[in-house]
Amino acid sequence: MKLPKSLFQKPENPLEWFDSRSKSSMPDIPDQMCISCSKCKAILLTGDLNENDRVCPKCGYHFRMNARQRIGLITDADTFREMDRDMRSSNLIGFPHYDKKLWHARLESGENEAVICGTAEIGGNACCIFVMEPYFMMGSMGTVVGEKITRLFEYATEHSMPVVGFTVSGGARMQEGILSLMQMAKTSAAVKQHSDAGNLYTAVLTDPTTGGVTASFAMEADVILAEPGALIGFAGPRVIEQTMRQKLPPNFQRAEFLLEKGFVDEIVPRAQQKDYLSRLLSLHEKEA
Amino acid sequence: MEAYERLTAARAKGRPTGLCYIRNIFTDFVEMHGDRRFGDDKAVVAGIARLCGMPVTVIAHEKGDSVKEKVSRNFGSAHPEGYRKALRQMKLAEKFGRPVICFVDTAGAFCGISAEERGEGQAIAENLMEMMTLKTPVISVFIGEGGSGGALALAVADEVWMLENACYSVISPEGCASILWKDSSKVKEAAGCLKITAEDLLSLHVVERIIPEPEPFDGIYEMLQSELSHALLEKKAEDPSELLRKRYDRFRRIGAGA
Repeated sequence: MKLPKSLFQKPENPLEWFDSRSKSSMPDIPDQMCISCSKCKAILLTGDLNENDRVCPKCGYHFRMNARQRIGLITDADTFREMDRDMRSSNLIGFPHYDKKLWHARLESGENEAVICGTAEIGGNACCIFVMEPYFMMGSMGTVVGEKITRLFEYATEHSMPVVGFTVSGGARMQEGILSLMQMAKTSAAVKQHSDAGNLYTAVLTDPTTGGVTASFAMEADVILAEPGALIGFAGPRVIEQTMRQKLPPNFQRAEFLLEKGFVDEIVPRAQQKDYLSRLLSLHEKEA
Repeated sequence: MEAYERLTAARAKGRPTGLCYIRNIFTDFVEMHGDRRFGDDKAVVAGIARLCGMPVTVIAHEKGDSVKEKVSRNFGSAHPEGYRKALRQMKLAEKFGRPVICFVDTAGAFCGISAEERGEGQAIAENLMEMMTLKTPVISVFIGEGGSGGALALAVADEVWMLENACYSVISPEGCASILWKDSSKVKEAAGCLKITAEDLLSLHVVERIIPEPEPFDGIYEMLQSELSHALLEKKAEDPSELLRKRYDRFRRIGAGA
């Protein structure tokens, strides 16, 4: 499998992606063979890291993972059927340089948009699944992301299927202006319909889940899980730091902090997610 | 008029805030406090009143007038408890069959430690979900600034109206300029690019109506009183399931042609 170049770059601040200049000034790692763990600083071979599902073997730090790799990790082999793969964004409000940004994002991620949707089985349990793509404009939500997720929930409602969703997002995509903001309401409407029909929705929040995605479908699930150490919040930490003019506590907005405050049900390490989801889906199986 | 001039007008000192509309459009206003979970957020005012005789639930962002009041109302930037207070009142409106009117005027939901640790994202998300199926008519009127999720959390409505100079944006032009261009002096440019004016939003089918701002401004209250009561009486007569279906479609079609 060909992996995008950015997989081999050190994870940056979640909001860093907005700034193309800082990206270009990042040092290139020779041969893209090694990566240093952001937490324990251990030097890891990228091959080893990928084989360990992008979790540091030394300290358990969860690196970002592209959506396809994650689908491979979570779903049963050969069960994933993708929906709406060809939907692509266009520059709806004529925002400067957005076309170029989209082109770049497609190239960098190898995907058409920032979310992959479809049906699959997890431990033999049929479900609808969406996985957001961190390497496509940091999973930001524009109209296509909103539309694909809405269609998935509508499909799931129609077929009485549970939904499993992995979120990663910098928030609403500002290049689509107000139309992005409206996707928060649109997806929420579809989630509500799915919920009112008695179907299960489980969200797994991964690093980072912020802004408009946190304030909509990420926080609307029946069961909310998180990956260890994931940054989860409404406002980005940098914005808060600027507003408050004070340093934030070290664990602030991390998955562990949200667990303590009562906003996630459980923190589930990547290696255990498939089993966990499988058990959860099976516990909610509808009587025939 | 340029987007930035509208934004400046929407933020102008002395522009009437939420409570001015409540006091001048309605009678018998009874304010209700608290979210029953954490506290009372003064950035959101909520209560029951009469609109041309009809009992309604009124909810408004309130930025405050004097400096002291602005501080106590956190400049209209609500914490989670503000949105939960609003939702509690909406649920009561549903129970007693009262229409809901929201006046939106906020730079955005509050960005700070206190808001995050009490679940700002979760509170907004819950409002979006619950308002979508609230079995009573909802109209939201943007009277000043409409800042992102903090505005949307009071604007999942059957109709959204905007005053001529009100704005509604996914991110503040300042935030957009500093994130995209690392240059806060590009605010004017960002304001134009983001399409935040009432005219822009009407053409994007995100709002239904633009309310002209009369001279003197006080004339707006009478105008809104008659327009709101007219529209709500019409919506009240509608079959509730039809109302909800239309509300779903109202949001469903945005970006559906993608």
